[in-house]
Amino acid sequence: MDELMATLKKEIFEQLNLHHVKPEDIGYDQPLFGEGLGLDSIDALELIVLLQQKYGIKLANPAEGPKIFYSIKTMAEYITDHKKQ
Amino acid sequence: MSFDKAISGYVLIKEGRVMYNDVVLFQLPDAAPAIFFNELYNALHINYPKFFKMDNLCKTVFLATEVLLKDRSLTGKYKAEETGIVFSNANSSIDADVRYYQSSMLAPSPALFVYTLPNVAIGELCIRHGIKGETACFVFDIFDSVFQAWYVDMLLDTIGTKACISGWADFCDEKFEAFFYLLEAETDNKLSIKHNSENIDKLYNHVWTS
Repeated sequence: MDELMATLKKEIFEQLNLHHVKPEDIGYDQPLFGEGLGLDSIDALELIVLLQQKYGIKLANPAEGPKIFYSIKTMAEYITDHKKQ
Repeated sequence: MSFDKAISGYVLIKEGRVMYNDVVLFQLPDAAPAIFFNELYNALHINYPKFFKMDNLCKTVFLATEVLLKDRSLTGKYKAEETGIVFSNANSSIDADVRYYQSSMLAPSPALFVYTLPNVAIGELCIRHGIKGETACFVFDIFDSVFQAWYVDMLLDTIGTKACISGWADFCDEKFEAFFYLLEAETDNKLSIKHNSENIDKLYNHVWTS
């Protein structure tokens, strides 16, 4: 899980062009939206694309988005669960 | 000198140099656009994270406007509805269009898609500088100062626009340039240039001496 979270963090920073923060300043548990990284709705769409492109996971229920994309940890958990299936 | 409808400030970005009101403010002549943009952003001490998500045309107009308005704020002097932006370019949003097309071969990027219109750049400036008046982006082969002067003059004469960011900004094939000036209905600014196509051309066609 640690390895996946580290990879995911790197991918998120690259995909979303997050030049205003350092990767080491963001913990795996920290919220990605709102007070965390301050991501917006376009970033949310980019995260959906990232899941699909890098991990072959299509978000079945968009309503689950806020839960899945809450933090790097919740994203990694979702990836782990859905890659097993 | 003061005139009705005067150019009260201007910025010219071309060939890796930035001129602001007759003074060379920044230069990095041989740098790639990405490096030039980041270095200029840092030199201007801007803190606006959204900058890093913008496409190249938006970065060009954003930085040009940051320089143009670095010593002043439009919202301090005008109501939001009294301020406008009109610029033209030759290549519309082709740089973002091509990048989006390329991304669509794998998975279309939403972040690129939102920049596939040149007037998105205007939206970015409106958000940043609180502008809510008339806005337009025109596409011409080359900068047409006669049209530009006529169009923005008309805004000031007819619909209550009192200040307008006006000019030219283009990005294509890793080449870019921007020429923006601030036109004000009345100004007592030190730099006050009569607004006509001859003066606009003189500023835009500046030749670097060294």
